[in-house]
Amino acid sequence: MHELSIVMNIIDIATEQVQQAHARKVDSIELEIGTMAGVEMDALDFSWSAAVRNTVLSDAERVVDRVPAIARCGNCGLEFRVSEPFMPCPACDNVLVEYLQGKELRVKSLVVS
Amino acid sequence: MCATCGCDQPGGVTITRINTEEGEFRPVSNHGLVTAHHHHHGGQESSSEKRRIDLQQDILSKNDTQAGHNRHHFEAGHILAVNLVSSPGSGKTSLLERTLADLKDQYKSYVIEGDQQTLNDANRIAATGCEVVQINTGKGCHLDADMIHRSIHQLDPQDGSVVFIENVGNLVCPAMFDLGEQARVAIISVTEGDDKPLKYPDMFESSQLCIINKIDLLPYVNFSVEKTKEYARKVNPRLSFIELSATRGDGMGKWYEWLKNEYEAIGSRKEVAASV
Repeated sequence: MHELSIVMNIIDIATEQVQQAHARKVDSIELEIGTMAGVEMDALDFSWSAAVRNTVLSDAERVVDRVPAIARCGNCGLEFRVSEPFMPCPACDNVLVEYLQGKELRVKSLVVS
Repeated sequence: MCATCGCDQPGGVTITRINTEEGEFRPVSNHGLVTAHHHHHGGQESSSEKRRIDLQQDILSKNDTQAGHNRHHFEAGHILAVNLVSSPGSGKTSLLERTLADLKDQYKSYVIEGDQQTLNDANRIAATGCEVVQINTGKGCHLDADMIHRSIHQLDPQDGSVVFIENVGNLVCPAMFDLGEQARVAIISVTEGDDKPLKYPDMFESSQLCIINKIDLLPYVNFSVEKTKEYARKVNPRLSFIELSATRGDGMGKWYEWLKNEYEAIGSRKEVAASV
């Protein structure tokens, strides 16, 4: 369950930011997680509740922006929304596509106090 | 809590150098990911004023940075590092045993073994005479770049060698963690379902080569090589395939040829990196 590693990395990032800001805790944290980022949201929720105890994130409100996957076809250039993982181009059925967004796995912002 | 696996022990991960000369293992290091255990409690001058910090930081940036260092280290020493990923039981260790025996005169090789528990695989590798370290991840489900960094320090591979990294048997989690390898090889055996590339697409998407192992068992199982390739190409059109049997030896020549091409490509990669 790599979601736990992901949560532990978020805790590290948040702890560093709180220290740098000479703050005490995180009030809210905004995450950007693409629909093709390979993260299972249920597993993330489960890991989160166990891992943030006694950390700067223990009382933080968590906001997750799910970034929809958009791909560009390598053959006809069509940009399309990816509605199922690894779908081919809806116009020409080509499988060689480039993902323009949807793989994000980022801490976007924090509110600390 | 351990950063890798979430276990309560700080020493979740152990790295053990197997002493091939004396034929027995000798623990060299036995510590957890201590550096990742930050338990800070805020600064002295803390204020209760709310501040917003716009960060835009990749969550796995620490791993990616370390992986970049590993890759640079490998390329600077003209070392080929290959990350082998698969489900448990696909035959990674058997493939390595045969490869190490067959290629021992061509390359100086090293192995980094990843398993949750036991030194069994490292002892199998050590029996071939190859230098090996065993990473035990405890409850962790994948190797990360920091574990590889620490293993490289123990192995100290010589310039021009080949480092095989056998990842933890798991088709999900290792996909997300760059180790700094030059190539990732996904192994599937014919005793598994041929739709695995569709069920676990991330691993096949992030690999350059797919080895289909245990082809000597094809007459006895309901597995279509062509379907597997078709499914895998759906998630990764650039994926190459080699069908082989690590126990009987069929197809091993193609695998050695692939390794040779990758090995020879390191020099050109270095030139590209230098000219950027």
